[in-house]
Amino acid sequence: MTEIALPRPAASVMSDPGAVGRFGEYGGRYVPESLIPACAALEEAFRDAWADPRFRRDLDRLLAVHAGRPTALTPAWRLSAELGVNVLLKREDLAHTGSHKINNVLGQALLARRMGKTRLLAETGAGQHGVATATAGALLGLDVTVFMGEVDIERQALNVFRMKMLGAEVIPVTSGTRTLKDSTSEALRQWVTCVDEAHYCLGSVMGPHPYPWMVRELQRVVGDEARQQCAAEISTGTPDYVVACVGGGSNAAGTFAGFVDTPARLVGVEAEGGAAAAFGQVGVLHGFSSYLLQDENGQVSEAHSIAAGLDYPGIGPEHAHLKDSGRARYVTVRDEEVVPAVHRLARTEGILPALESAHAIAWVIRAAESGELPPWSTVLVTLSGRGDKDMATLMAAS
Amino acid sequence: MTLQLRRDRPLLAPYVTGGIRPDWTDYLHEYARNGADAIEIGLPFSDPILDGPTIQEASDAALRRGVTVRGLLDEIAAVDVGVPLIAMTYYNLVVHRGAAEFCRDLAAAGIRGLIVPDLPVDESDPLASAAVAAGIELILLAAPTTPADRLAAIARASRGFVYAVSTMGTTGSTFAASGCRLAADLRQLTDQPVLLAFGIATHLDAVTAARSADGVVIGAALMRRVLDGGTPAELGAVLAGFRKALDEDGPDCVP
Repeated sequence: MTEIALPRPAASVMSDPGAVGRFGEYGGRYVPESLIPACAALEEAFRDAWADPRFRRDLDRLLAVHAGRPTALTPAWRLSAELGVNVLLKREDLAHTGSHKINNVLGQALLARRMGKTRLLAETGAGQHGVATATAGALLGLDVTVFMGEVDIERQALNVFRMKMLGAEVIPVTSGTRTLKDSTSEALRQWVTCVDEAHYCLGSVMGPHPYPWMVRELQRVVGDEARQQCAAEISTGTPDYVVACVGGGSNAAGTFAGFVDTPARLVGVEAEGGAAAAFGQVGVLHGFSSYLLQDENGQVSEAHSIAAGLDYPGIGPEHAHLKDSGRARYVTVRDEEVVPAVHRLARTEGILPALESAHAIAWVIRAAESGELPPWSTVLVTLSGRGDKDMATLMAAS
Repeated sequence: MTLQLRRDRPLLAPYVTGGIRPDWTDYLHEYARNGADAIEIGLPFSDPILDGPTIQEASDAALRRGVTVRGLLDEIAAVDVGVPLIAMTYYNLVVHRGAAEFCRDLAAAGIRGLIVPDLPVDESDPLASAAVAAGIELILLAAPTTPADRLAAIARASRGFVYAVSTMGTTGSTFAASGCRLAADLRQLTDQPVLLAFGIATHLDAVTAARSADGVVIGAALMRRVLDGGTPAELGAVLAGFRKALDEDGPDCVP
């Protein structure tokens, strides 16, 4: 009897970024001195909690009984037949609150309580992370304040109402471009004033150390589950391609973490109008260094995408490192390709993806039809969220 | 050309957002004429995470006018106001240009010091080396929550003076007495001047701060007046008021 040894993770790829919080040259902790002790305390608390089996057990139970994990792995039979490749969907759209965001916030809210905090602060763009944070706050008895750009508040009135229903306070942000980047700046500013009682529940794999690492670890449940499910579903054990959309990059980071030590090719799909990996230059924003969309003078550019969740001018620092090292590649999709991808998945599989997630589908369709994906290769796509929130946008686009 | 601040009176360092108006360099002259010991010039950035509403508004207004670091430095190079000039900006503008080039550009424009509020001491080595090479002083910030070991490291690594943030908040917050203890602690750790900043809006704030620090930085309180239409001459008069308050009621004449 020989046991098949699973490949071990390469030491430098998607591992612990250490006390300095570096992924290659990216990451770090570029925040005002006032926030340094809070970031250091958070790192210490997370390291302690993540190594504590009781914390892991509590979180696993919340993920199971509240968030509905594990989420399904769905073979997309009709789409696969049309495209000539095997498409498997990791169904984060089935998680409570409608996206993968709940995985991260349940972990952070549980950690906040363990640290003795009574309040959560969050930034939000489309409102998905805000809704998830409001949900976790209601569940665990923490006050929630969500910062949201004035422009986004108008565009996402339904999610604003959902957050308020869940007991959260929503603060309009009127500075700068009044969108996600400004709501993140404002959340950092407000955190300075209340670090003793509040935890800043950041929504993606960005921000100062330990956030990019912590959020990736909290999202790796997506990749770990998918890997097990793929092993049962695919004869070769692992997919040939692993594809996820990237704004800040949390669903992609969580998915990639499950496959980085396999031969699978990792593909991150950015919105053309917010493609920091494709078009950005190295810069520093919101506490970390990474690729960042900026003008010729170093001022941060505004991202534009039909998917509000991809409207962020930067990309998580670990993605910048994965790009440089060649372990993952990053591609872009235009708004015009996204809406047809939503319709196609709806008609073939009966699944309405979020506009963000539809970017990943759109790339798979393009790559299959152009012959870039070998016939009958296996493609895992993380469907990060469901499309209910996007109905108004889709009605306007049709 | 180092940043030597005078030590014979409480230091007064007013702030102006570069490019806030076409005639913005006139504020430098008025500040200098009316008792400034150094002047802090904000090089506007799109995402100023340590600035409150007033300086955010000023930065946005300057950027809407189309100002660039390059253009501002050219304007600064053309004036001689007779007091040391210090640039304050965010780290992305440094990274974008390259630390060495950025520091050389500042030095060429006659700027003596640099404050980067989103660059903590742990991340400051690359810029500190570039600053030394260019003959610029990199001034570091300390906060009320900074633990003792970090405070010592900041006091050691800061050049020119130490910038003590009075309060847990952004620029323009209410002045907090917690800052006085921070300034006193810092003065135990360094012979360099310690300037208290953030929220110093009234003569009483300034005098209180100057009793435990070597001086004060006044930013948002001045910029509010500039945004409300205050002319360079009017701001000069406001600064003269602070100068008089500090000189008459400074650390040497505690009532």
